[in-house]
Amino acid sequence: MTRDLDLLLPSPHPVELIDPTGQTVAEATRELPDDAALLRAFAGLTTARRINDQASALARQGRLAVYPSSHGQEACQVAAAQVLTDDDWLFPTYRDTAAVVMRGVDVAEAFLPLQGAWHSGYDPHEHKTAPQATPLATQLLHAVGVAHAARLRGEPTVALALCGDGATSEGDFHEALNFAAVFRAPVVFLVQNNQYAISVPLARQSVAPSLAHKGIGYGVPGERVDGNDVAALLAVLGTAMARARAGEGPQLVEAHTYRMQPHTNADDSRRYRKDDEVAGWAERDPLARLETWLRQHDLLDDARLAAVTADADQLAARMRTELAGDATPEPAELFAHVYATPTPQLVEQAAVVADELSREDAHR
Amino acid sequence: MTSTATTGHEKLTMAQALNRALRESMAADDSVVVFGEDVGALGGVFRITDGLTAEFGDTRCFDTPLAESGIVGMAVGMAMNGMRPVVEMQFDAFAYPAFEQITSHVAKMRNRTRGKVSLPMVIRIPYAGGIGGVEHHCDSSEAYYAHTPGLHVVTPANAADAHRLLRAAIASPDPVVFMEPKKLYWTKEEVDLGAELPGIGRAMIRREGTDATLIAYGPSVPVALEAAEVAAQEGRSLQVVDLRSIVPFDDETVCAAVRSTGRAVVVAEAPGFASVASEIVARVTERCFHSLAAPVRRAVGFDIPFPAPKLEHVQLPGVDRVLDAVDDLQWDLS
Repeated sequence: MTRDLDLLLPSPHPVELIDPTGQTVAEATRELPDDAALLRAFAGLTTARRINDQASALARQGRLAVYPSSHGQEACQVAAAQVLTDDDWLFPTYRDTAAVVMRGVDVAEAFLPLQGAWHSGYDPHEHKTAPQATPLATQLLHAVGVAHAARLRGEPTVALALCGDGATSEGDFHEALNFAAVFRAPVVFLVQNNQYAISVPLARQSVAPSLAHKGIGYGVPGERVDGNDVAALLAVLGTAMARARAGEGPQLVEAHTYRMQPHTNADDSRRYRKDDEVAGWAERDPLARLETWLRQHDLLDDARLAAVTADADQLAARMRTELAGDATPEPAELFAHVYATPTPQLVEQAAVVADELSREDAHR
Repeated sequence: MTSTATTGHEKLTMAQALNRALRESMAADDSVVVFGEDVGALGGVFRITDGLTAEFGDTRCFDTPLAESGIVGMAVGMAMNGMRPVVEMQFDAFAYPAFEQITSHVAKMRNRTRGKVSLPMVIRIPYAGGIGGVEHHCDSSEAYYAHTPGLHVVTPANAADAHRLLRAAIASPDPVVFMEPKKLYWTKEEVDLGAELPGIGRAMIRREGTDATLIAYGPSVPVALEAAEVAAQEGRSLQVVDLRSIVPFDDETVCAAVRSTGRAVVVAEAPGFASVASEIVARVTERCFHSLAAPVRRAVGFDIPFPAPKLEHVQLPGVDRVLDAVDDLQWDLS
């Protein structure tokens, strides 16, 4: 089915409902989410920020092997988790651990890969959350497949697939948009455009008018949103999810945000960007602007803030406890999940490992 | 599972046997879906999916956009969500755009998720030469997949096996790369589709022999059988083992066969360097060294890109190359 161009075009400017100073945007094109949704989002932002800060601290202490922080991108993390129902699937990337935790995954399971213990730690079926993808854009096609299978069975599932600006250059991004469009699969693609693919700025990824415009070539409606305005994200993603669920096919959303910290704790971002650029984005902080707005609308006072902060502190304390120990599985497990039934060769090799380890133990 | 299988002897080509296996699997299990390029109305360029859309509808057998990574990636998602996709890569070399999906996701999802997510899916790949195909249509790409832990790699050499192994591949909880020797698609044989045959992971002795063992798979099995026939006329008794399954590899059958003769030649089309044939030589040598009267030899393709049609006969191991390798098995020392 071909589609009218004007139905596919993103707004001329990213949708913004609460501006960086915490004021309601006057000529907003969408309705603000209700108070309950915004309060829930504020608690989410507070928690997500604490997850990022605590995980970064644990990485500095050597308790985590690595941590790719989403500090500054928490509005995308929170909105992504908040617009999903229990029927929906989330397809997160390696930077979306906060969204994975918001989805209900226990921190011990969510952080297992970051401890260097296994490649993924949770049951994707239990949480309807795919393993966090390390390669770029490959998971977008899996989202299309999950959504298409659900649609064939008449289930209401929508798949929300996350990727970054760099991933839009990968072939799988384009194949996923095209497949989703051709099969009318209920998928929402959320591009967190945080301006950098490790060190490479957006200008080297694309000269398109925006990343949301990339949907046009595939007949996929695109929209742009201020990725640090959780109210706008909830509104735009909510609409996209509803359209996908209603059978209108895939939707593409580009969120303009910024990775406030290096790519991971192993990266040195001063080699490719200036401090004043980072400082400029600090003024667009997603947490501060919503706090200002909520206080101005008498939805948040010091007592309520203290309660929200206490919840986040509690999660951080649990991270410190849960991630203090060694969660490394037994080496024998390396042979257990390669196939449903280990091949004769793997049975032999597992015995070799058992023997090697027993001799190591004997030498100790 | 065999409730819908046809029983009784009939004459079928490998292409028809594969079609039958797909049809039976789709009839037996609604979650089996078939998709790829030209598999719908056309029935596939080799007609393996002929009639499936007409019989089962276009949600069960359908054409996709022309993008192999998209096809395999979407199959991963569908397998994650309760389906059993069977996807067709149109030709061996046209599967390469899907290589990342196959090696990084299809092969690794079960291990990544500690057994929580299995991917019951089949990637069908027509492969190897012998049909005068143009460039990119004749690769023997099995080593790429066999080298990747997490994939089963299966390749039939006759119609009965094509049927039996494809049904087993579709029923498998693990992803299977199903490699179809395209030069054998049209070979007609008398087959009994209801017959009980060994499943994935078991090799079969195709011809008994006492002097040396030829180990072959897929398109090379008929070559090995022909070589054994010629050798018999020259007074040499060659045994022929058909691997059927490259992964899992049937060390038991292969090694028992080699020990019984004390000599072995591996026959394969792929370039020999770092190949499945090399792996077989290494395994047999490690496990059967004291039973061997000569080094294990290979009759394989040269380490060159697959030639254009008029020169492909130079590349393909034929009876002469196999028998030359057999002649080199140190007969004068025994």
